[in-house]
Amino acid sequence: MDFRFSPEEEAFRQEVAALLEREVPAEYRRKRMTFFDMSAQHDWIQVHRYIAERLGEKGWLSLHWPEEYGGRGLSPFYRLILREELARYHSPGYDSIGCGIVAPAILLKGSEEQKNQYLPGIAAGKVMWCETLSEPNHGSDLAAAEVFAKEETDCFVVNGQKIWTTNGHFADWNALIARTDRAANPNYRGLTFFLLDMKTPGITVNPIVNMAGHHEFNEVFFEDVRIPKENIVGGLNKGFYVVMSLLDYERTTDTVYAIAGTYINDLAEYARQNNLFTPVLENKLAQLRADCEVSRLLHYRVAWMQSKGMVPNYESAMSKLYSFELHQRVSEFGMDLAGQYSQLVEGSPRVPMFGRIPSCYLRSFGYSLEQGTSEIDRDVIAQRGLGLPRLR
Amino acid sequence: MDFGLNEQQEMMQTLARDFLAGEYPNKVLKAMVKDEKGCAPELWEKMAEMNLMGLSLPEEYGGVGDFLDLIVVLEEMGRVCFLGPYFSTVAVGAAAIMAGGNKEQREKYLPDIASGKANVTLALTERKVEYEADALQTMTISRGGYFVINGTKLFVPDAQAADFIICAARTGESNGGGDGTTLIIVDRNEPGITMRPLKTVSGEKLYEVIFENVKSSARNVLGEVNHGWRIVEKVLQRANVARCAEMVGLAQQSLNMTLDYAKERIAFGHPIGAFQAIQHRCADMLIDVEGSRFATYQAAWRLNEGLDAAKEAAAAKAWVSRACRRVMTSAHQVHGAIGFTEDHLLHYYTKRALACEFSYGGNDVQLAKLAALYK
Repeated sequence: MDFRFSPEEEAFRQEVAALLEREVPAEYRRKRMTFFDMSAQHDWIQVHRYIAERLGEKGWLSLHWPEEYGGRGLSPFYRLILREELARYHSPGYDSIGCGIVAPAILLKGSEEQKNQYLPGIAAGKVMWCETLSEPNHGSDLAAAEVFAKEETDCFVVNGQKIWTTNGHFADWNALIARTDRAANPNYRGLTFFLLDMKTPGITVNPIVNMAGHHEFNEVFFEDVRIPKENIVGGLNKGFYVVMSLLDYERTTDTVYAIAGTYINDLAEYARQNNLFTPVLENKLAQLRADCEVSRLLHYRVAWMQSKGMVPNYESAMSKLYSFELHQRVSEFGMDLAGQYSQLVEGSPRVPMFGRIPSCYLRSFGYSLEQGTSEIDRDVIAQRGLGLPRLR
Repeated sequence: MDFGLNEQQEMMQTLARDFLAGEYPNKVLKAMVKDEKGCAPELWEKMAEMNLMGLSLPEEYGGVGDFLDLIVVLEEMGRVCFLGPYFSTVAVGAAAIMAGGNKEQREKYLPDIASGKANVTLALTERKVEYEADALQTMTISRGGYFVINGTKLFVPDAQAADFIICAARTGESNGGGDGTTLIIVDRNEPGITMRPLKTVSGEKLYEVIFENVKSSARNVLGEVNHGWRIVEKVLQRANVARCAEMVGLAQQSLNMTLDYAKERIAFGHPIGAFQAIQHRCADMLIDVEGSRFATYQAAWRLNEGLDAAKEAAAAKAWVSRACRRVMTSAHQVHGAIGFTEDHLLHYYTKRALACEFSYGGNDVQLAKLAALYK
């Protein structure tokens, strides 16, 4: 047992911090917004792309990839350290879909050609990705997807609608799940995983604004969109297996616990500046700090498993569920802390913390919905982690 | 013991529900959230014709019904997420004039309020938003037949739509018991008043109101000089219970929407309402909604009967505001991503519930009051 980072990892953290200190716009650090609160960041995409390229130049977006694909074969703790520092500096720049989902999918199930074609753009921070899994009638129930890709001689032709596509309005490329066999039984055996250039004719992206007022996700419509056959990852009708192996990666989204930890410190600072400390408040703050500590450890455990070559499964669901719900509690605490002031939005007289308090709170409703709802996570933990029986 | 509504209350409920269903559709709600003043004149006139502004005022001033009738109507307003200067004028402003006003003042203000001609709001809190007399710093000094007010009031509801502002100000040293404060009615058009809108997530119209050497006649003092806080305490009790009623309506409607959705939405081959994870949430929501309703009714009934309701009012506001947050969280969770968008109605309810919760003292304020009563 050893809960320390290695000297090399500590040195890496210093190096990351130094770069962010230099490159993250002062405005971002002053306003202390995050990806989970894009309200006051109108130039978010420019900053994201700029920082992503800086990280790419350093090779920091592919640290734990195998060396033959441009990585350095380092432990996943390096990625975790990178993302902790990004959270601490309130910096975008890590494309969690490209780096966190698409790259692992290609590394796990992609062909040599695909690895050579797509990985360098992700590693360089130059190609931004979105994923289109959810559909209007099928959110958590991915296996029921209906968007159809019809096989023709040289390509597949896609028609239908996807929804809740994060960054769909920015993305260069898209990881698409489409039905290629309507007769498949069970239905998940008829899905295929495609890589799709967003410049392909026939794609329409419409914004959806969330209840916090941020434009984060979109609806995406496909009308006779042609995808070359070589863009299938993992084989025809094998898409569900690709996604299932990826969800364990997505469930390790390494930022939310770090963002919650940063936010609780910022709230404590607000309380200090405004003389708000009372025994009750101190108690709540202390409780949330303990929660943040536990959340961090649940994440470190997942990274540790990965570093040992184990495949985390319900463990990822636990760390995701706990950190996302923790962020909801922290966001809710922010509302209590600021009281009447917590209703004020950016641009209002008297607004505290640039409107971050209601923005974070309202955004936090999504945490128990995205990347599989909390109910699905609890099912995973109960059934796979505890071996409890399935009813359906 | 009787948990039900009487015939008159049932009539008020039906009347209000039908009226609001017709006159306050979702598009009016959406417009009101964005509207600067948050008040539609035609709607206001129709409400006045129904005598909604006179609810719980004595007949001699053009009023009708009692506090429980007002509670019933506010619950209905909660159901449609009603925005407008109704609460600030009827549940708070008029209540303050009833609680502290002399015959002359009641005759001067109440008939105009009851007929919808005048709006009045209470300017209570300041920079450090506290619901304690000692927190007041806005000063008013007596000069001849006038009082001259200086200071900044924050979170004043519907100030822009108000014709009169009841200002709570300091006229003497604080003694920790609430003395040294005075309530005075000020004409909104009096020189020296500046207003700045505070922009809120819910569209609740809250203002910063700055008084700079603002004059008001000594005849406009509500109750006695230096003893205004006694009136404030009475008004706060009513206002908080009235806010609870609104939250009950908000929570009930959110539960209704959620149940409809849980029965319709199919996932994994079943309506999601068939899954235990969803059923348990909905069951907890019902406990929260009905618990809120009866906590509110009990406190409202005691106030209506003229019984002491300090404990019941504080407990209701503390509990209902938490219950309401839980209900909204569950409503969003069951709705999934669709309820997380601006296009869906649910977020209006969530945000409105926060506005209700924080006004006139949120959970922490009420718990402190309650704790003090048990000391």
